[in-house]
Amino acid sequence: MNIPYTVETRPDTGLANGKLGIWLFLASEVMLFGALFSTYIILRTGAVEWPHGELSVLLGAINTVILISSSVTMVMAWASLKMNEWSKHRLYLILTFVLAGVFLVNKYFEYSEHLALGEGPWASTFLAIYFTLTGLHGLHIVGGMVVMAYFIGPGAKMAKTSPDQFTNRIEYTGLYWHFVDLVWIFLFPLLYLL
Amino acid sequence: MHSDPAEVKKTVRKYFMIGAALLVFTGITVAANLIHLAVPLAITVALIIATIKGSMVAAVFMHLNHEKKWIYASLMLTVVFFIVLLFVPLLTISDTIGTHISAPGAPAHAGDGAGQRD
Repeated sequence: MNIPYTVETRPDTGLANGKLGIWLFLASEVMLFGALFSTYIILRTGAVEWPHGELSVLLGAINTVILISSSVTMVMAWASLKMNEWSKHRLYLILTFVLAGVFLVNKYFEYSEHLALGEGPWASTFLAIYFTLTGLHGLHIVGGMVVMAYFIGPGAKMAKTSPDQFTNRIEYTGLYWHFVDLVWIFLFPLLYLL
Repeated sequence: MHSDPAEVKKTVRKYFMIGAALLVFTGITVAANLIHLAVPLAITVALIIATIKGSMVAAVFMHLNHEKKWIYASLMLTVVFFIVLLFVPLLTISDTIGTHISAPGAPAHAGDGAGQRD
């Protein structure tokens, strides 16, 4: 059975179903992270004192640079497909995947350093919200990597059988990935600098 | 969003320029932190820069600068609920900010006048 409107746009919305679907999913993600940002504000404003300088600004800034760069490579992976440059698409998608991996390696070192000092999420309110927010964000990075690995590996076959649908799928993956980058853009100053 | 390959080709340069601008703004955020501004000013500066960066990602990388009205409509609804989510819980504690709250049965706090009984 063929699923309708995977490539062609619906006459009522002017969108392919997947496009509206990914945006509705991202809307739910906004509410998920919104709840945690709201929690952060309540904890922060209600706290008598708030720790400053507990996190490595250098590592946080490096991870920001990594995620911004990965957003550029992700959008280029989609643009390359649109321009029918398959090898460039592969290069950019693999680069995005690698950058995501480097982000997680950095996070691993950061977490290990804190845990070695006994600074787990149980140690303070600040560390609890830090581990919750960055942990959830890290899970989103892992989710993005799984999807990218699929399109680098077995999912790439679709580029031959249904190239337009494959391009759309890469676009939706990109929308998700940019959202993950966007969340980090706010997490970095809130947790590392303020 | 662009579907014509020629149009996409024109935007490639823009993607790299936005990427570079985002890196510059990241540098500015870190530099602003190094000069140790007063806390309210530091929070304002950091959040303004983060909002500018977030808008650039949403507008250019996520193509929100030219999308269909259904997507704008669903996002407007999300923004309304996001603002409610962010600020309504704050109202419930706005009258107790900065005050010490003790659990029932907990020893009296030193600042609560426990030392003034005699």
